[in-house]
Amino acid sequence: MDRFVFLTLDGLSRGAVYAAFALALVLIWRAARVVNFAQGAMAVATAYVAYSVSAWTGSYWLGFLAALVAGLLLGALVEVAVIRFVGHDSPLNAVIVALGLVLLIQAVLGMVYGNEFLPATTAFSRTGYEIGGLAVLSPYDLFVFGAVAVVVVGLAWIFTRTAVGLRMRAAAFAPEVSRLLGVNVGGMLTLGWALAAGVGALAGMLIIPTGLGLHPNAMDLVFVSAFTAAVVGGLDSPPGAVVGGLAVGLILSYVGGYLGSDTTGLAVLVLLLAVLLVRPGGLFAATVARRA
Amino acid sequence: MRAGALPVAPPESDGGPARTSERGGADRPTGPRGSTLLRHLVVVLVAAAALLAASYLLDPFRNFQLATVAAYLCATAGLTVLIGLNGQLSLGHGALMATGAYTVALSQNALADRGMTGSWLLPLSLGAAVLTTIAVGAVIGVAAARLRGPYLAGVTLAVAVVVPALTVTFDGIFNGEQGLSVYLEPPPAALGPYFPYERWQLWIAGTATLLALLLVANLVRSRYGRNFRAVRDDEIAARLAGIHVARTQVIAFVLSAATAGLGGGLLAVLAQSVSPGAFSLTLSLFLLMAVVLGGLGSLAGAVWGAAVLVLLPELSHHLTEQLSLSPAVAQRLAGNLPLAIFGITLIVVMIAAPGGVQGLLSRLARTRPVRAGLRSLRRPTRRSRQTRT
Repeated sequence: MDRFVFLTLDGLSRGAVYAAFALALVLIWRAARVVNFAQGAMAVATAYVAYSVSAWTGSYWLGFLAALVAGLLLGALVEVAVIRFVGHDSPLNAVIVALGLVLLIQAVLGMVYGNEFLPATTAFSRTGYEIGGLAVLSPYDLFVFGAVAVVVVGLAWIFTRTAVGLRMRAAAFAPEVSRLLGVNVGGMLTLGWALAAGVGALAGMLIIPTGLGLHPNAMDLVFVSAFTAAVVGGLDSPPGAVVGGLAVGLILSYVGGYLGSDTTGLAVLVLLLAVLLVRPGGLFAATVARRA
Repeated sequence: MRAGALPVAPPESDGGPARTSERGGADRPTGPRGSTLLRHLVVVLVAAAALLAASYLLDPFRNFQLATVAAYLCATAGLTVLIGLNGQLSLGHGALMATGAYTVALSQNALADRGMTGSWLLPLSLGAAVLTTIAVGAVIGVAAARLRGPYLAGVTLAVAVVVPALTVTFDGIFNGEQGLSVYLEPPPAALGPYFPYERWQLWIAGTATLLALLLVANLVRSRYGRNFRAVRDDEIAARLAGIHVARTQVIAFVLSAATAGLGGGLLAVLAQSVSPGAFSLTLSLFLLMAVVLGGLGSLAGAVWGAAVLVLLPELSHHLTEQLSLSPAVAQRLAGNLPLAIFGITLIVVMIAAPGGVQGLLSRLARTRPVRAGLRSLRRPTRRSRQTRT
């Protein structure tokens, strides 16, 4: 029973990060009908920025802030410099270009920092508080929950309560009409990419310290897990992404805890296949018209 | 009522000049029936003669490199058919190559442990590798046939990330991160005592690759190849024409999986060892880069791509040796420079020249109309911004 409680809380903590990362994927998907396969590599790049800034200033929080700013800038840069020029006719074009970005980013990181694992620090202890002899949430877990909650609420507020959010949704939903009504559609796309990459950077900062450390490939499996979370919720649904993230985190935590930690990768693959074959649109999908 | 369930036979080729204004090496207007096989046979025989000559003219290291190109070419040929002609993006072919490589390793070592010898062992192992990857490819292909666009890319990406990790999960069989060594018999005694090992490896890899290419080239020009393209261009129209869409997609996936398995098996024979590190996600992305650079759907382009995969890392190694750097920095650069170049290549080719090298060549030669990489860029589609991709 103790173990079950521990695994549940640990799964929720990991799931919160997957939820944030899946939310970043959903943001771009809703804005541009593109799944950003470079999201993981971009998040790692921002984590390396944080590593450098922290090493230079000696402050974890300055590094954390630098990572978020770097995420916003990197997202905008990728959209303006690369994605804007990709043809939209085949969904494969954007995927292939994003994979090119993955190779490029990982290569640059490897050249600058080397391909060894670097230590990733946290500002909070990861040993849990004890309540009645039972180890429950650690300060770090609480920090993760708080950060993700702020992001989710903040995004919801931006998209539903502000003029900019309304413009962004309009630009994604009906680009031509929005342009006629004076919305800067290209700028809204850039903003969407910047926001998503910022959220991705936060997720990277939260999850990399719980793994083996900083490495150009550190987010590969995290990306697959977050993609699974986004698919579970349906790529079109932000609430779905949050629920999907928590669900995937819990499932992986139970599988890893009861069957051994090296089976989690296989569990992700099985889960992704099962969801796609049973309910391809995700659990929160609206029905689509049959085509043939 | 599902149109796909109609028992309508796909239209047979009428033997006349089938004008398909497609792009890619396999889409020239055909002459009378039967000449296709003949022409492919001639090309293969010429290539075989060239390889034989090269194996005697080149030094052992170049022989080994050429054999590696042949092994990669197996995989890229199948992948270019899958992506370019059938429109299914797979990022999991590195994992399929790993499947073939590990099958060869386990089979060769098992046969050697039982004290069996003979020249039939290696073909048997390579055949086992192809059969195993056909089985794995069929499983993935059946799932893939129901998925489109980014979903398919995501699943195959998961396969590429997860499968190499299985070697650690079941390290009793696969020996974890260490991997396995592959037992390989010396060249036959009939070739003489001083026959270089690398030349023998090139003969093995060259023979297997040319046979595989002959098969793929003929298949692409057959009814199956036409069905691949029909499904890529318009699924609904293909279904109305009586093509079984899902079955066609599974066949395409299985074909490319089989070639990837053979390629992986050949890599195991060449390196004489297999380890999960050699078959990471990066390998899958390299294969994708090779087929995009060569020109999606073009078998000739697959040759370009495979050659670049082998030659560019060597070139970057030479470049970093020229610069007087400290060993640590030089090693970082040499390892990562090809990655960076491959990444930039993917981005630039996809944006600027979706036809790849082969597309540019044919544009220069003006032999036939060039078509963009994924049948895009020319035709305004009405489906570009729908939810269902």
